[in-house]
Amino acid sequence: MDEFRVIEVKQNVMASNDAEADELRAALAHEGTTLVNLMSSPGSGKTTTLGRTIGALAREMSIAVMEADIDSDVDARTIAATGADAIQLHTGGMCHLDADMCRQGLDELADQLTHSGKDPHRDLVFLENVGNLVCPAEFDTGATANVAILSVPEGDDKPLKYPLMFEVCDLVLVNKMDVAPYFDFDLARFEDNVRSRNPKATVIPICAKTGEGMDAWYDWLRSLVRG
Amino acid sequence: MHELGIVFHVIDDIETLGRENDLSRVSSVTLELGEVSGVVPSLLQDAWRWAADRSDLLRGSELVCESTPAVTLCDACGRTYGTVEHGRTCPYCGSGDTHLLYGRDMTIKQIEAC
Repeated sequence: MDEFRVIEVKQNVMASNDAEADELRAALAHEGTTLVNLMSSPGSGKTTTLGRTIGALAREMSIAVMEADIDSDVDARTIAATGADAIQLHTGGMCHLDADMCRQGLDELADQLTHSGKDPHRDLVFLENVGNLVCPAEFDTGATANVAILSVPEGDDKPLKYPLMFEVCDLVLVNKMDVAPYFDFDLARFEDNVRSRNPKATVIPICAKTGEGMDAWYDWLRSLVRG
Repeated sequence: MHELGIVFHVIDDIETLGRENDLSRVSSVTLELGEVSGVVPSLLQDAWRWAADRSDLLRGSELVCESTPAVTLCDACGRTYGTVEHGRTCPYCGSGDTHLLYGRDMTIKQIEAC
């Protein structure tokens, strides 16, 4: 019988994911593909925002969407109805995607595009992460940029309650501004709460349903894609 | 809630280590969890039992979780304090201009193996 011995490891649990994420980011930059990781609570309007964004930008850049959900293909079908290429990723019960799952999704997307006789290159790929303000923020997916959507009914205090989400994002879209008069949502207080956690984050108020404020978001995306 | 994902990463890392070091069985894995890592040890244990028993190297192994303190630095007065006790406001000078030094990390400290 072999003797068990203690082996010192001292390895950060996230180190391997972070390395895979950096590798993916470098590969995407080399291919000229911008990957935007879109995160939010369920029901904040990620799919609606994407649908309108694709409609506005599809003529000037090639776009595809990877929908990540625990189950179902409702979102992928909604996006496909806009005419954009979309694939559905199932996380198998997990509440987030990591860098390896994201890379597999991109490979699958390229395969699917090639199979349908299309150019597999995309200027812009959106990863619609699992609806959740906690777990997706913990794992670097290898995306070029992280974007969070916060909708007005969720309240302006969310950056205080879910600090990591607002610390890792480059941009915060405040969606459903059309219903702001019916809620105690203070945009200035929200911006202060975001900046206290992340001074570099940009905040853009929008309404994906009416189109209000969306031009600023499109401009932000255009400059990101141009690099 | 992301405990299962963390467990998968830990198992991948240890399986790599096992291949590199010709290990055949691991009896225990010790993790150091920062106080504000947001990980719930009991959920981690449940996820561990489920996932480790599907690995030849790790079947039946025990997961040991050790907590490491979270420390925040006050940028205004330069002192450090316990994050869990005092949050984001410095207990010495009352400034909110503070940032977390450590306490979010998750580290595989050691394993017992043969």
